[in-house]
Amino acid sequence: MVDAQIPTREPTDEEITKQTEIIVGELIGRKGALIPILQTLQELFGYLPETALKRTGELMKISYSEVAGVVSFYKYFSIVPRGKYLIRVCLGTSCYVRGGKEVLESLKNNLGIDIDETTEDRLFSLKVGRCFGACGLAPVIMINDDIYRRVKPSKVGEILQSYRVQEDTDD
Amino acid sequence: MTDLTINGIEISVEDGTTILDAASKIGVTIPTLCHLQGHEPLGACRICVVEVEGARSLMPSCATPVTRGMVVKTNTRKVREARKLIVDLLLSEHEGNCQFCDRSNDCELEKIASSIGISKPLYAGEKPEARFDYTTKALIRDTGKCIKCRRCITACNEIQAVGALFPQNRGFETVIGPAFTSDLADVQCVQCGQCAAVCPVGAIIERSNIDDVWEAIDNPGKHVVVQTAPAIRAALGECFDYEPGTLVTGKMITALRSLGFDAVFDTNFAADLTIIEEGNELLTRLKKKLVNGEDIALPMFTSCSPGWINYAEYFHPDYLNNISSCKSPQQMFGAVAKTYYAQKQGIDPADIVVVSVMPCTAKKYEAARDEMADSGFTDVDYVLTTRELGKMIKSTGIDFRSLPDGVMDNPLGVSSGAADIFANTGGVMEAAIRTVYELVTGRELPFENLHLTPVAGLKGFKEASLTIEGTVPAWSFLEGVEVKVAVAHGLSNAAEVFRRLEEDPGRYHFVEVMSCPGGCIGGGGQPRFTDDSVRLKRINAIYAEDEGKPIRKSHMNPMITQIYEEFLIEPLGEKSHHLLHTHYAKK
Repeated sequence: MVDAQIPTREPTDEEITKQTEIIVGELIGRKGALIPILQTLQELFGYLPETALKRTGELMKISYSEVAGVVSFYKYFSIVPRGKYLIRVCLGTSCYVRGGKEVLESLKNNLGIDIDETTEDRLFSLKVGRCFGACGLAPVIMINDDIYRRVKPSKVGEILQSYRVQEDTDD
Repeated sequence: MTDLTINGIEISVEDGTTILDAASKIGVTIPTLCHLQGHEPLGACRICVVEVEGARSLMPSCATPVTRGMVVKTNTRKVREARKLIVDLLLSEHEGNCQFCDRSNDCELEKIASSIGISKPLYAGEKPEARFDYTTKALIRDTGKCIKCRRCITACNEIQAVGALFPQNRGFETVIGPAFTSDLADVQCVQCGQCAAVCPVGAIIERSNIDDVWEAIDNPGKHVVVQTAPAIRAALGECFDYEPGTLVTGKMITALRSLGFDAVFDTNFAADLTIIEEGNELLTRLKKKLVNGEDIALPMFTSCSPGWINYAEYFHPDYLNNISSCKSPQQMFGAVAKTYYAQKQGIDPADIVVVSVMPCTAKKYEAARDEMADSGFTDVDYVLTTRELGKMIKSTGIDFRSLPDGVMDNPLGVSSGAADIFANTGGVMEAAIRTVYELVTGRELPFENLHLTPVAGLKGFKEASLTIEGTVPAWSFLEGVEVKVAVAHGLSNAAEVFRRLEEDPGRYHFVEVMSCPGGCIGGGGQPRFTDDSVRLKRINAIYAEDEGKPIRKSHMNPMITQIYEEFLIEPLGEKSHHLLHTHYAKK
């Protein structure tokens, strides 16, 4: 999975439309072009903006409802803007029995968002994963490419704080 | 040909026939909830499973073509138990509210459950969250009732090429509906109601106006008039167990009077009026183009079908100038009822309530369009579908089948046979040509029974041409002109018209489009279930009604002559322009 490039500002509708037209133009000749187009758009914008999806439908001569049907079928696709840091909580068997769910609850409380949502400051997005292949370290969470092992619900605040602090220093 | 055995009976069918169709040829009905005649099998509901000798599992008969020597059994214990299990599982997810459901009398799921002997629910599983959609004037969705058979997807995408509905999400969370489980008003829904016409349960129904109509009838201060579209008389009988294609015009009129309407009128009158206005509009456009060389939009499209108007406004806004500016007959009727009729009767138009009975759900939307109130009063107040009228009649205990025949009231109840055929695909075209040809040549259209046969019938896209000869002086510029016309029904066929026009913009002079397959007789508000055999029977009934009329041409309707003399003065005149014509806008 290609990590999303996090734009420094929101692209305008005109920019989204223009980029969409370029991407659709490059890929439309392929058989089954819709999914590669959606993948490319998501890589570019970090999520799938409504403007991009509607324009894709128009260019491919398929309805917006059909495009949406494909987008909503796959968990991979997201229609909400993604935060700078993508938090993924493993809920595979090992992590689940070793308290992954409590870690998830703690993250939700701390961030004030639900699964598949993004914080208002566009800093964090929260997703759930099924086994990261690190069962010996359970429960595990990932924040972008950083792995956190044997996470305790009480430590979640501290972990998030390190990213918030980093953000303040960057600014 | 392929030979096979079904339930011990040997039969021979054409290669490629499905087991489902082969079985029906020997009178074996296999239940199905997802199959739609003439469309690719979906195999979504699995109820049509049968046992095929040598196959490892039960086969869906709708999606399995026959093979030579195949031995099929449709009624074994294994099949019965599998069907029961499938229907049980469907029922476990189905939030039926059957006592209060619009479909309690004609629910296909209920019928199948009862016929295969399910007497109590076996599984009390989790049900998907029900979501209601009241965002359009025409339709109501209730996702809790949806069994995900996907017939509506076929209707919306393949038959209508609209694409408002599509499966969203996946697995247990699947919702059949507009993008990202939004509402119909959020997407490009034309409100034709073909989804509601094919839905086996009550997941998509028309938005009922029955209560509004009763309220108006019960209000002594209101003068409530009703108009019925031509397609109603050939279909209403089906609500009372008549064979499809039985004309019930006379009984319908008596029933409407018994319901308490103050006057029973005919949309047909307004259809005749439409022909006068639209025929003259066509001739005016041709004159401007051919004589004056003006840049005028041709071909001209018909404007009677509100689903089609929506379709053009959403998907082909570049062609809006091509659509006749004539309001549909429903709206013309309303405008005339609240002006001409009101004046004639000495009734304050504010006290007149116009109710329409339409084969259509989109007519509910059309009546509510803001611009449909040029007289200062809403043209049409309430629209009932054929199905709703059937329900209203039943609710009063009227024994429809034993009613005597009635006659429409004057003056808005008099019509020609040309108005009747507005119900059929090709009918508006034929009606227009009957009048225009006679206007231009002074002679009657020289075809057997006045029928324009090449544009009649169920072929989705039809073309015809007619060379005008022997014109009267006023229209001599049309001498020798080959008038080319096209007729499309089912909006996927309208898409075909546009494809051909893109290749050759001058290909046609006049194009008729009706949203629904078969025309209005196959409308989204007609009794269920409408398949091609039912469509043909209704079409033939309508032609019989036309041929039985003493007057067959709109311009010969004496009440039309009278309304021009007394009120409208002239076709396309100032009053017509104000009351009977409209405009369209890109959506």
